[in-house]
Amino acid sequence: MVEVGNIQINNVNKNFDEVHVLNNFSLNIEPGSFVSLIGPSGCGKSTLLRIIGGLEKQYEGSVFLDGERITKAGSDRGFAFQGSNLFPWLTVQGNVAFGLKARKIYKERKNDVADIIKLVGLQGFENSFPHQISGGMQQRASLARALVGHPKVLLLDEPLGALDAFTRMNLQDEILRIKNENNMTMLMVTHDVDEAIYMSDKVVVMSARPSRVEAVIDIKLPHPRVRVQDTFALYRNKILEILNFGGQLHEAEYNI
Amino acid sequence: MNKKVKRIIYYILPFAAALVSAVLYFAIPESGKQKQMNAPYYMCFLLAAIIILAVALVAGIFAKDFGKKLQGKLPFYAGLILFIAVLNTIFSKTKLLPVLYFPSIDRITGLLWEQKVFLLKNLIFSLGLLSQGFILGLLTGFFSGLALGYNRRVGYWLNPVTKFLGPVPTTAWIPLALSVFPTTHGANVFLIAFAVWFPVTLMTASGIQSVSKVFFEVSETLGAGTYYKVFHLAVPASLPQIFLGLFYGIISSFATLMAVEMNGNSQGIGWYINWQKSVMLYDGVYAGLIIIAVLCSFVLTMLFKVRDKIMVWQKGVIRW
Repeated sequence: MVEVGNIQINNVNKNFDEVHVLNNFSLNIEPGSFVSLIGPSGCGKSTLLRIIGGLEKQYEGSVFLDGERITKAGSDRGFAFQGSNLFPWLTVQGNVAFGLKARKIYKERKNDVADIIKLVGLQGFENSFPHQISGGMQQRASLARALVGHPKVLLLDEPLGALDAFTRMNLQDEILRIKNENNMTMLMVTHDVDEAIYMSDKVVVMSARPSRVEAVIDIKLPHPRVRVQDTFALYRNKILEILNFGGQLHEAEYNI
Repeated sequence: MNKKVKRIIYYILPFAAALVSAVLYFAIPESGKQKQMNAPYYMCFLLAAIIILAVALVAGIFAKDFGKKLQGKLPFYAGLILFIAVLNTIFSKTKLLPVLYFPSIDRITGLLWEQKVFLLKNLIFSLGLLSQGFILGLLTGFFSGLALGYNRRVGYWLNPVTKFLGPVPTTAWIPLALSVFPTTHGANVFLIAFAVWFPVTLMTASGIQSVSKVFFEVSETLGAGTYYKVFHLAVPASLPQIFLGLFYGIISSFATLMAVEMNGNSQGIGWYINWQKSVMLYDGVYAGLIIIAVLCSFVLTMLFKVRDKIMVWQKGVIRW
């Protein structure tokens, strides 16, 4: 089987008016891997994700998905946005089926909708409207909507940021399970160092604006991972040091 | 107070009010200034209303939801019945007010009954004119609003035109419309359509422009093309505003209807009211007003019923 879902980012430069956001940014993401982007706020993580998603079209350089240049948004790249952004006038079922219907392949793939709703654990809520279900369930539905068309890549833009800690951990496991079952590439932007370590094969630490890759850290922990592992702390310290937050730990110690 | 006692009082209220009305009607002698009718029409109408209410109350025993809703309205009905009784007492039992402008309830109800066929003909005419203009205005308004809201180039050229022509009161167009259109009917339909077109266009366009940008991005990443984005994203997302535009459109279409029925023809409820006024028959004016009020409120109730059906996901921008 040929592995699909390889993303190649070559020398991408991006400016917002006078602000230089991405500076000759290059990165290669291997098929089937889970990669997290982490970095100071405003460093262009989301912008990079949007460029890969085809939502941001004004930039220099090139981005390839399996050797094909990305020029616009497409259903080969699923996108999970910050917040669920479910369409409030459609039920869970309608939201999940939206992409298939838009692409006129709903009839052939009708079963996929039911399958994916089951996969994210929303069976029984097919006919609920978004405002009738909890925030965590909305995020699940949103994931299902992004996944139902079997994209090669799933781009996650802080998808769990708005959720409480328990729902969050729950969904992290859920996303990893979906990734393994479908053997897809996932690229996630996050602010949460623990989340990045727990979920990723690779954590890409980005520098401040204009940003480039500061470090790529391979997380060599076996799956399924355990949140309370000691090695976890080592990775966390390393990432925080790169992000220049390591020093502040000492101050915190005096306060205790 | 005991809940059961309260409920019984609620049920008795409208019937008691009707009884009071009858006593006032029969016990106090007429002032003699009002034209006397062939029958006590007011009492007949009241009796009919009370019988309908009684039937509805019996039905409410079986249809629980309906019964509960009706029960809440009973004090209001009682109040309405009493209010009309007081009006009639002042109008026809005293000599306080000029008879010309304040006809007795007997005369108004009598006219509604005696001229029912003629009034119905006029009502049907008005409804025909209204629905033709309304449908035309709705369709043109919806599509021009869609184009305005979605396409920047169309917006550039059409927005100033809309903003310049739209706020002009429809009645100001009457002279122009009458000279441009070959028939009065055509002009009237156009004027009503115009009254609906403006608010529908405006609200549709602003509704579409205020759809969250993220929704469009979501649909793009799901592989939606332009057509799908317009009709399955932009339109449903702006339905609340579109309905609001329709609401304003209907209200201004009624105003226009009343005005354009002056144009040449001698049919329609608007024409009837003005005709009755010009021959100083104010019982006819009141009868016409009652018909118009019932019609408007019926049409708007229907609109909100449709809205609630289509938009179960979103309730109550305006309550009706």
